[in-house]
Amino acid sequence: MAMAVAVAVLIVGSVLFHLLSPWHSTPLASNWSSIDNAVTVTFWVTGAVFVAINSFMVYALIRYDRRRGGQATYEPENAKLEKRLTLWTTVGIATLLAPGLYAWDKFVTIPDNASIVEAVGQQWEWSFRFPGKDGVLGTADARFVNENNPFGLNPNDPYGKDDVLIEGNTVHLPIGKPIKMVLRSKDVLHDFFVPQFRARMNLVPGLVTYFWFTPTKTGKYEILCAQLCGIGHYTMRGYVIVDDQRTFDAWLKKQPTFAQAVASR
Amino acid sequence: MAYATLAEDLKELHHPKSWVGKYIWSQDHKYIAVQYMMTAVAIGVVALVLSDLMRLQIGFPGSVGFITPEAYYQMITMHGMIMVIYLLTALLLGGFGNFLIPLMLGARDMVFPFVNMLSYWVYLLSVLILVASFFVPGGPTGAGWTLYPPQAILPGTPGRDWGIILMLASLAVFIVAFTMGGLNYVTTVLQARTRGMTLMRMPLSVWGIFVATILALLAFPALFVASIMMMLDRVLGTSFFMPALVSQGQLLGYNGGSPILFQHLFWFFGHPEVYIVALPAFGIVSDLIATHARKNIFGYRMMVWAIVIIGGLSFLVWAHHMYVSGMNPYFGFFFATSTLIIAVPTAIKVYNWVLTLWKGNIHFTVPMLFAIAFIFTFINGGLTGLFLGNVSVDVPLSGTYFVVAHFHMVMGVSPILVIFGAIYHWYPKITGRMWNETLGKIHFWFTFLGTYLIYFPMHYLGLLGMPRRYYEYGHTAFIPDTAHYLNAFITTVALIVGAAQLIFFYNMITSYFYGPKAGGNPWRATTLEWQTPTTPAPHGNWGPNLPVVYRWAYDYSVPGAPEDFIPQNVPAFGTSRNHKT
Repeated sequence: MAMAVAVAVLIVGSVLFHLLSPWHSTPLASNWSSIDNAVTVTFWVTGAVFVAINSFMVYALIRYDRRRGGQATYEPENAKLEKRLTLWTTVGIATLLAPGLYAWDKFVTIPDNASIVEAVGQQWEWSFRFPGKDGVLGTADARFVNENNPFGLNPNDPYGKDDVLIEGNTVHLPIGKPIKMVLRSKDVLHDFFVPQFRARMNLVPGLVTYFWFTPTKTGKYEILCAQLCGIGHYTMRGYVIVDDQRTFDAWLKKQPTFAQAVASR
Repeated sequence: MAYATLAEDLKELHHPKSWVGKYIWSQDHKYIAVQYMMTAVAIGVVALVLSDLMRLQIGFPGSVGFITPEAYYQMITMHGMIMVIYLLTALLLGGFGNFLIPLMLGARDMVFPFVNMLSYWVYLLSVLILVASFFVPGGPTGAGWTLYPPQAILPGTPGRDWGIILMLASLAVFIVAFTMGGLNYVTTVLQARTRGMTLMRMPLSVWGIFVATILALLAFPALFVASIMMMLDRVLGTSFFMPALVSQGQLLGYNGGSPILFQHLFWFFGHPEVYIVALPAFGIVSDLIATHARKNIFGYRMMVWAIVIIGGLSFLVWAHHMYVSGMNPYFGFFFATSTLIIAVPTAIKVYNWVLTLWKGNIHFTVPMLFAIAFIFTFINGGLTGLFLGNVSVDVPLSGTYFVVAHFHMVMGVSPILVIFGAIYHWYPKITGRMWNETLGKIHFWFTFLGTYLIYFPMHYLGLLGMPRRYYEYGHTAFIPDTAHYLNAFITTVALIVGAAQLIFFYNMITSYFYGPKAGGNPWRATTLEWQTPTTPAPHGNWGPNLPVVYRWAYDYSVPGAPEDFIPQNVPAFGTSRNHKT
């Protein structure tokens, strides 16, 4: 009986905790409502299953407690019941998978009009690069990294000359436009994680990775590194400031291009 | 009848003559099992202490002076690796595998007793190498238990000088040890079953251990090569996993390697590893539930096939650990689908456990309490797996405390609850004595309720977006103060649960000396290990004659039978209803 009561209390307690808890997703600040919807659907379906199976178990624990007397029933199998349960489970799983894959299809499809922004990670700071007027990021390689060229841009690549370099840990982005965030690491794995944007991806040295999102709310958001990157991992913070288009344009204009940065050194 | 040759082997057993031969260099599977269990539990206690220390830092940042960022990352790394490999894998396969396989199948021992002994001593060596890393300059590695390169072998990560080398060496040695044990378990199951013990009459404990061992034999080689390759990268400067990179301002000599290749190898091992731990637990808990509910396990054949199917599928889902790793994102479609498919056989197992309770005659013994607690905890942990397996739902949750809560629930607490239940269940057979029931129940309530209070709320910190592996959060705009209070609460509970384990140790140790004599079959169970001629079972297990099996393992409450259980070695008689297997 104690066990049945304990499980019953935990079922009710878990549901109440879910409904009343002050700790839920941070308010969404990007286009990824489809991800939030998939999360919500998953909570409903799994929550219902959690309550149903456990409640059934509580009932069984009370009803078939040995202290009520009675003998166990000998019933090795029940093929019909087992088939039916398998079928309904499969339906439930498909219900979860559909919105998940639907959102993922959007996730892997970069809109044609997405503008490119690069985030560069190194232990334990962020920097950023815009492609400049030509809209193309110049090539980069670890071999080119030095004090005068912290981004490791290829000095002979004409596409790199007009790239705009942001050396602080803060980047501005315009609201309402899809951004293809291109990610590059100079040393180890990192992860570009802004909880409010939902979308994120690892930075992998030797590879260029990417993901996309559209900022939908102006404001200042923290970037947390979410892939263990050494002793200073927890201090690796950056900021994304989402501006209206005009403020953004004015800010971007003030930032140096690669050519200017080289000339000033 | 291929098994008959070994099962009917009447060659005389060489009984050990000295104390050392019996207890130290023992080739008796029961002693080796206990050696495995004691070593695994001892190193597990180290990991438990580490977890309480790291929780102190998370709940009350800065309150313990010696927990620097270096120490914190070393603690989380060692805690994870010890728990997964050196405790859970070793305890379930080396410990329970060794004890249960020959006894449940009616064999005299493992088929290769010497290799079995060697397996334990090599395992002990791997543990010692691991422990040694606490004492080398720079301490153990702090790369996280996943040991992701490049950072695992670069400056900027604690233990880069010696810790990582010892960790990789220890893993390689562990895998050698496991391979010796594992080949033994598989061969014994296939070749040394007693007469009448068909595969479809084996208890589910053996099925779980058997399939898990096959998984481990196939999965551990991936970890083995990954360890060797990373060792070469670290020591000889090869570039298996290392691209050209600039580490702390220095251009290093590496070029052309792939960090993601390591992740594929690691998770090709790492995901089956989840089932290497889970399947023995699934099997054992099935037997606990059937025995203490006095009812046959519901849908035995379905349970066996579910174990086999889960085992097979577990090799097709590894990249669900890598949705945001930077691998080709199109993989996500395949791995999300395969991952969610695995939920179907897993759900069937849960239904069948609950349906075994249904219309049972439930005895709320301590092992049964742990088994029921397992069902509840596993349902919770399994359901949150549907979030993380479903690619786009994983994206915002990956690398947060949601993940930490999920895997602790599903492959930390769940198997641990089964292990406790199993220890309480088989302790009378191992030692011949019974433990104190009141202490067992106190230990149970602290452990079950405590672990749920630790891990259930933790999901919500992850939902909020709090990343794992953070030494401290400082001021972060989106994290409210209440989240820190919740962390302090979780830490407090974790300390209590940790301390409550002392009750368990006290109970086990004192009962060994002062516990009441248990008798040969205190649970009135059907399986062969309870039918040994003496308890504890002697060397060779069965005396002069091997048992012969006439029925499946779950003849509980058979209508018309004189008692509510019929042991597997009781011949068929008129009134019994044999299961068709």
